[in-house]
Amino acid sequence: MRPVSSWGRLSRDLHEVVDLDEAGSAGKRIAESRQPGLPFGNGRSYGDVCLNAGGILWATRGLDRFLAFDDRTGVIECEAGVTLKEVIDVALPRGWFPAVTPGTQWVTVGGAVANDVHGKNHHRNGCFGDHVESLTLLRTDGSRIVCGPGLEPEWFRATVGGLGLTGLVLAARFRLRPVAGPWIECERHAFQSLEQFFALSDASIQEWEYTVSWIDCGSLREGEPRGIFFAGNHVGSGEEAPTRPSRRVPFTPPMPLVNRLSMRAFNALYYRVNRAGPERSTKHYQPFFYPLDTLLEWNRLYGPRGFYQFQCVVPTANQEAAVRELLQAIAGSGQGSFLSVLKTFGARPAAGMLSFPMAGTTLALDFPNLGPTTLALLQRLCAIVDAADGRVYPAKDAFMPAGLLLHGYPEWQDFSHFRDPGISSQMSRRLVGH
Amino acid sequence: MPQRILVVGATSAIAHAVSRRFAAAHASIVLVGRRAEALEANASDLRVRGAADVRVALLDARDLPRHAEVIADAFAAFGGFDAALVAWGVLPDQAASERSAEIAVAAFDTNARSVIALLTDLANRFESQGQGAIAVLSSPAGDRGRASNYVYGAAKAAVTVFASGLRNRLHTKGVRVLTIEPGFVDTPMTASFKKGPLWARPERVAEDIVRALDHGFGVVYTPWFWRWIMAIIRLVPERVFVRLKL
Repeated sequence: MRPVSSWGRLSRDLHEVVDLDEAGSAGKRIAESRQPGLPFGNGRSYGDVCLNAGGILWATRGLDRFLAFDDRTGVIECEAGVTLKEVIDVALPRGWFPAVTPGTQWVTVGGAVANDVHGKNHHRNGCFGDHVESLTLLRTDGSRIVCGPGLEPEWFRATVGGLGLTGLVLAARFRLRPVAGPWIECERHAFQSLEQFFALSDASIQEWEYTVSWIDCGSLREGEPRGIFFAGNHVGSGEEAPTRPSRRVPFTPPMPLVNRLSMRAFNALYYRVNRAGPERSTKHYQPFFYPLDTLLEWNRLYGPRGFYQFQCVVPTANQEAAVRELLQAIAGSGQGSFLSVLKTFGARPAAGMLSFPMAGTTLALDFPNLGPTTLALLQRLCAIVDAADGRVYPAKDAFMPAGLLLHGYPEWQDFSHFRDPGISSQMSRRLVGH
Repeated sequence: MPQRILVVGATSAIAHAVSRRFAAAHASIVLVGRRAEALEANASDLRVRGAADVRVALLDARDLPRHAEVIADAFAAFGGFDAALVAWGVLPDQAASERSAEIAVAAFDTNARSVIALLTDLANRFESQGQGAIAVLSSPAGDRGRASNYVYGAAKAAVTVFASGLRNRLHTKGVRVLTIEPGFVDTPMTASFKKGPLWARPERVAEDIVRALDHGFGVVYTPWFWRWIMAIIRLVPERVFVRLKL
C-alpha cells in the first residue's frame, strides 16, 4: 500500500498499486487482484476520478509500447500507458502531431480516451475520442472487446469519456494530423469585457485553429472582466526549440504560495505584460500548448491541502449570462484563481456518452483548498451551472453534487449498463454509490 | 554510436530501455529472448521509435545446445554486431533456494552457467570481428555474499570474474568488455520490494549502459554511487559483516 494523490493533491490515501507491464499478462494480473480496482494512468486528472482509496489501482504507465505507426496516413497505435509527449517525440519529426491535445503532454493515451480530453482547437477538431479508430478494452472478467466508431459502437461510445469504468483500455489506434513543423503562429488581443471576448471568439474561429482566453481574476470586482485572447495556427517555420531546461518545485511549501495577494499581483502583471507585447509572434509548440509542463510538480505551489479545479461548460443560449454570473459569484467570494481560462466550444457532437464538451462556453479555474469556504463557493458555482443546463468536467471534479451529474450527463443511465462490475472509483462511489 | 546491436534477454525492463535508446538512434537490433509474444511487442515498439531494422530470435538461456545456432543466425542478420548486451537473469526466491538444492542450482544455471556459455561464444565472434563492445549485466550482489540473496549473488560473482578475465583477454583485440553493476532498479523483477531513495528507474540505468557500450571501460556501477557503497561494504571486516543484516 502506498499514498497516491491526483493532480489536485486534495488527498493522500493509501492504495495498492499493481504495475501492469505487459499487455499479454495484464488480464491475468487483473484477475488475480482484489476487486473493485481502477485503471490509473499518469495521475494528471485533478479530483477523485483516478482514485480508489484503500483499493487497487491498475497502473498502466508500464504499458508504454508503440504497436504501429504509418507515417503516410498518420495513423498510430500504442498501448494505453504511452504519454502524449512520447507520441509527439515519435510523430513530430515525421510531420505529424496529435489532432487534439490537452494543456499537458504528460497524460497517457488511456487517460486521454477515458476522459475524452479536449484542447484549444475543440471548435475545429472536437475531442481526442473523435480521432480514435479503435480501442482494445480489457474487462475484469478477462474478456477483451475491440471497439471503434464502426465496430461495437456502443462499447466505444461508453468507453470514450467513460472515466475508466467500462474496463481497462489496453491499446488505442488513432489518427494524427499533419504539421509542417513544431511552430505555432500566434496572435493575441486584450479584451475588457465579456462582450468583447465573445466578439473576438466569433471572429476568430474561421481563421484560427487554436483559440483560448485567459481572464484576470483580479479585475472581476470592477464589473467587466479583462483578459487576453490567444489564437494560433500551425506554421512551417519559426524560432528554435526552447533550450530552457525544465525545473521542479522541490518541495511542498507549508502554506499555499497561491494566495489572494500573489494572485492579484500575478494577474495584473500577466495582463500588462501580454497587453504590451507584440500582437503577432511565432512560438514553439511547447510554450504554446504546455506552458506549465516545464515547471515539474507545479501543483505543489498550492501547499499541503492542495487545490480544486473547477471546469464547467454552459450551452450557447445561456453562455453570456451564466459566465457573467459565475464570475460575479467568484468575485463576491473574494477567492480567485491564478489561471482562469475561457473558451468557446464548437457544435460537434462528442464521441462518448459522457464526453464533457457541448456547444457553448467553458470556464476553468483553480482554487487553493481553504476548506469550507472554498467548498461553499464551488457549490454556488455548481448551482449556477445546473440552472444554466451546463455540466462540470469529471476529469477535474471533486465536488459536484449527484444531481448535477445526472442533469449534465443525461446518458448516464444508459452508460451504467456498460460499467465493469469489477471497477469502481472514488468519484463513482461519491456520485452514484458504487 | 553502435549501429548493429544484439540484445539477449530482450524482454527485461533494463534491456528494453537500452534497446529504445538505440532505436532512437536508428540502429538495427536483434532481440533474443524466451517469450515470443513479448518479444514481438517490444520489436514493434522499437520499429515505431525509429529502429532501422528489428529481428526477433527465440532462445531459452538454459538450452545451451541451441545457443550456437541462434547466435550464428543473429550474426548473419546484419553482418556482425557493434555491440551486444547480455541481460537475462532471474531473481530466485532466496528462502526457497535455501531449502532446495535443486532450486539453488537451477538459479545458478540460468544466471551464471548459461551466461558463461553465451559469453564464450560471443567473445570468439567479437574477437574475429576485431571490434565492438560486449556488456553483461552483473550485480553488486556479486561483490559480497549476503544472507538475503547469496544464491543470486554467487552467480553474479561468477559472471563478474568471468567478464573480468574476458576483458583482460580481449583488451588487445579491439573488443571492450563491460561489466554492468546496477543497484536497485524499479523493474518487474523487483516489483515486490519496498522502494526507497536508492532506487533508480530502468531508463536511468539504460543511459549508463548505452554510454558504456559507446565509449565506456571496465566495471560500470549504475547509478554511479553504488561503486562507493560497494567499496565500503567490501571493506567491512568479516567478523563485523557476519552480524549485519543487509
